[in-house]
Amino acid sequence: MRIDCPCCGPRDHDEFAYGGDASRTMPDIADTGMERWFDHVFLRDNPRGPHKEFWHHAHGCRQWLVVERDTVTHEIARVALARGEVSR
Amino acid sequence: MSARRLGTGGRIDRSRSVSFTFDGRSYRGFAGDTLASALIANGVTLLGRSFKYHRPRGVVTAGSEEPCALVTLRSGGRREPNVPATMVEIHDGLEAESQNRWPSLSLDAMAVNDWFKPILAAGFYYKTFMGPTRRAWMWFEPFIRRAAGLGAATREPDPDRYETVHMFADVLVVGAGPAGLAAALAAARAGARTVLVDEGAEPGGSLLNAPAGADSDGWLEAALAELNGLDTVRILTRTTAYGAYDHGVFGLVERVGDHLPAPEGAMPRQRHILLRAGASVIAAGAAERPIPFGNNDRPGVMLASAARAYVNRYGALPGERIVVFANNDGAYPAALDLARAGARVTVVEARKEIPPALISTCCEAGADIFVGHAVTATRGRKRVEGAVIAPFNTITGETAAGWRDIPCDVVCVSGGWTPVVHLASQRGVRPVYDEALAAFVPGGAAIDGQHHAGACRGTFSTRGAAREGFAAGLEAAKAAGHGKPAGELAHIDVLPDDGWETPIVPVWTVPPAPGTREAKRFVDLQNDVSLSDIELAHREGYVSVEHLKRYTTLGMATDQGKMANVNALAVMAALRDLPIGDVGTTTFRPPYTPVAIGALAGPEAGEHFKPVRRTPMDAVHRREGAAMTDAGLWKRAWYYPQAGEDVNAAYIREMMAVRSAAGMVDVSTLGKIDVQGPDAAEFLNRVYVNGWSKLAVGKARYGVMLREDGFVLDDGTTWRISEHHYFMTTTTAEAARVMAHLEYLLQVAWPDLKVHVTSVSDQWAAVAVAGPKSRTILADALSGLDLSNEALPHMGVGFGTLDGIPVRVARLSFSGELAYEVYCPAGFGEAMWQALKAAGAPHGLIAYGTEALGGLRVEKGHVAGSEIDGRTTLSDLGLERMASTKKPFLGQVLAGREALTDGGRPRLAGFVPVDGTARIRPGSILQPHGGPHEGHGLGHISSTTYSPELGHYVALGLVAGGMEAEGQVVDACYPVKGEVVPVRITSPHFVDPEGERLRG
Repeated sequence: MRIDCPCCGPRDHDEFAYGGDASRTMPDIADTGMERWFDHVFLRDNPRGPHKEFWHHAHGCRQWLVVERDTVTHEIARVALARGEVSR
Repeated sequence: MSARRLGTGGRIDRSRSVSFTFDGRSYRGFAGDTLASALIANGVTLLGRSFKYHRPRGVVTAGSEEPCALVTLRSGGRREPNVPATMVEIHDGLEAESQNRWPSLSLDAMAVNDWFKPILAAGFYYKTFMGPTRRAWMWFEPFIRRAAGLGAATREPDPDRYETVHMFADVLVVGAGPAGLAAALAAARAGARTVLVDEGAEPGGSLLNAPAGADSDGWLEAALAELNGLDTVRILTRTTAYGAYDHGVFGLVERVGDHLPAPEGAMPRQRHILLRAGASVIAAGAAERPIPFGNNDRPGVMLASAARAYVNRYGALPGERIVVFANNDGAYPAALDLARAGARVTVVEARKEIPPALISTCCEAGADIFVGHAVTATRGRKRVEGAVIAPFNTITGETAAGWRDIPCDVVCVSGGWTPVVHLASQRGVRPVYDEALAAFVPGGAAIDGQHHAGACRGTFSTRGAAREGFAAGLEAAKAAGHGKPAGELAHIDVLPDDGWETPIVPVWTVPPAPGTREAKRFVDLQNDVSLSDIELAHREGYVSVEHLKRYTTLGMATDQGKMANVNALAVMAALRDLPIGDVGTTTFRPPYTPVAIGALAGPEAGEHFKPVRRTPMDAVHRREGAAMTDAGLWKRAWYYPQAGEDVNAAYIREMMAVRSAAGMVDVSTLGKIDVQGPDAAEFLNRVYVNGWSKLAVGKARYGVMLREDGFVLDDGTTWRISEHHYFMTTTTAEAARVMAHLEYLLQVAWPDLKVHVTSVSDQWAAVAVAGPKSRTILADALSGLDLSNEALPHMGVGFGTLDGIPVRVARLSFSGELAYEVYCPAGFGEAMWQALKAAGAPHGLIAYGTEALGGLRVEKGHVAGSEIDGRTTLSDLGLERMASTKKPFLGQVLAGREALTDGGRPRLAGFVPVDGTARIRPGSILQPHGGPHEGHGLGHISSTTYSPELGHYVALGLVAGGMEAEGQVVDACYPVKGEVVPVRITSPHFVDPEGERLRG
């Protein structure tokens, strides 16, 4: 599989580490809600089809990326820096 | 016997004679022969014994889909089992052995299994080796294991080299037959960088099965000349494209040296190629399939196209009296070529009606023909001696009375053609059944950048395949961004237009002729799966193709059922009264044909299996005679043995030296992360459980960080270098994980924090100097740094120079002694070590390794990786008081989950042997003293050491109740060695519990 890193260009998947579901948002650090932290850390959907996920370009630019990948066809629709995706 | 070499013909080189052995006997062949063709030419037709029933078997095909003629090649570390004899290129000195027989191929004792056939049906193991307990199966298992399998692998190390290559192409063409050659021409002319691969020794594919000198040879020569003349084209022969992966990545294996006695010079034996292609043309061809009839597995029963290949390509005639049984036009070129080569041929045509022209062509060639008939069984055991034929109705699938016996030594079968759809189907698109062709074809027009052409998409005409290949090559080139004008494909009229004129009529199986005995009809020859097994599976409810496969093992052998799957599906479809298309196929997975693990490993084997990381002082440790150990990828000094010392003597001496004088240890492997920015303190506050806002410049603090789920991730010390500049250390093992964790937090969770983190693990060399004399030694060695207790207190940070080398120093202790960590830029590491050694020599400074390092911290009661194993919380480790109540930190909330705050959880404590002498082992399970010893017990021992200071073993571990159970006795059980050691629960701090030595 190849991932088109915004910094480095198309690279082989073994330069990256998978980072899990990217549709989750970490609760605020001061948030004491057990349910919200539990959901963030443990609960995942398992979609058949388009999926947003993190990949860390560990052997490259060290940037965390959000990749939209189809879990059935493995087609990658979009790759973006995670930094730009998260709004706080 | 009647199989023999023909006096003329074939594409072998009759001027180069080759001698080889098979089962210890010497034979001669010619360069260009395969082992199968050379054996046929020598009249050898018995080549193996079948997997389950040990039935005699011979050559069935002329290609890689061969199910029966599997041999073992070579010997010693180069031995290779299960090699199809049809793919072995003979060379002088080749040694081949048949498999799965004892004591010999012609007299195999295990052939008794054949008599037990009715009992050894599908699901035999599953139903038979049951007993009241698991022990029943375990008793049978060794016998079954010995009886299972075909060839035996060697246990010796592989002396050969393997390479891994990364290759890139605009267009990959798989298969160098007429379609593939045409595709490569088109793609190359269009301007694409083209790689053309073929599993055969030479390009040409099906063109090589035409008689030598045929008109099509001219076309082949011209195509190759053009391709070889272009430097944008690369042709790889002996190369199998075994897998098609995501995003146009293909796995290929090139057999570089397998056809030679041994790889020459630096040649790798095989090359694993990972090829990234912009687009591809799959021209993988089609494989003929047989028709199951009674005893259709005897030596001498082979595919019609295979017999044709032996005659035309190898100049070897498989027999004198040949029956050709077919239901399609494709078998006739074989029948005619066999007749012209001198065999007496009888064609048995299953279809009711065929063009009169075909009948007269047969007669002109001297062949008999029976129309509307089928072969129902063969006669003969070690070789075919005759065929029973009977009138056959293709619509009802029934035979009628009036069978006759035709003496023969070969039965050629052609039940149709199965396109090689593997690479397309591996992409997850199931093949589609084409009723008119009675074949499965690729499921879509272009799958994942693959364009199909020729027989692999159901175009069986050679000329048609070439035309299709050319078009596909242009499409693929265009998809890869190349569209230069490519002209026309010239002279294709010399390629035969040999597609089917009359449609095929599917014949999935032939029942016995009325009045004859029923005999086994094999569907999967390699795994000995017969029609009755499929019927049994159906009766027992295993009707889905995935269940059918696993219950009967059909399609699970080394040939992956290439000749069996379609017949099996069709039989199951008939049993279920469903159209074949509805029954479908099983999932196709790589590899297409077996791939040696050595090829996949490439050069990354033995000491190259993982990268090796060495500290800047690695050479010094080795020169000083250190025994080295692995810490992850790192090589670290384990202990420095003096004369006659083993590891235990060495580490005990080293520990004593540290506590009485001083020691130095290389700690360069620690993770080191530079943290800078105006929000750095806030970042540390969120990441660590304890507080950082009040840490002054020039001070260091011990910190623990949690995972999001509340378990401890890592510990380390972080120093404040300047207002916005911190230097974080982590454990060796968790360095990479912590770095990725911090980057995740800064980029994803808290992008508004103004902080940069940089890994500097490899940039700093580090030495810990520990012991009562450490201050004196460093004061001698360093300049520009006041080391007095007031100027540099415990946890203080300072800067100086050591022999001209700039160093940063922190007064930290892992051992519990007065100690310092000295860091210098990595390039100076060896010089720093030597300078410290020189300064320490008059004070008795010794070097110590990781064994003593570990022993010292266990004596001190400091937790490390064995305690921070990902399953422990802050309070499990007795560190709950570190957690700040004034600021939130990552993991805080989930650490408060009920199960993690349960008072019954095992918690950190120390352990000493009750008898004062016994050895405690790490990993021991703690159980109630005296019993019962069951289940997970009360906890476990995590770290142990002999304590020279106390004179006995001490241990750290986690036990229910932790320190609240102080004084109680529990049993440390080590079932692996059958040891039970009573231990008393104590404080984990065995040496200097008040910490006086640290603060001195």
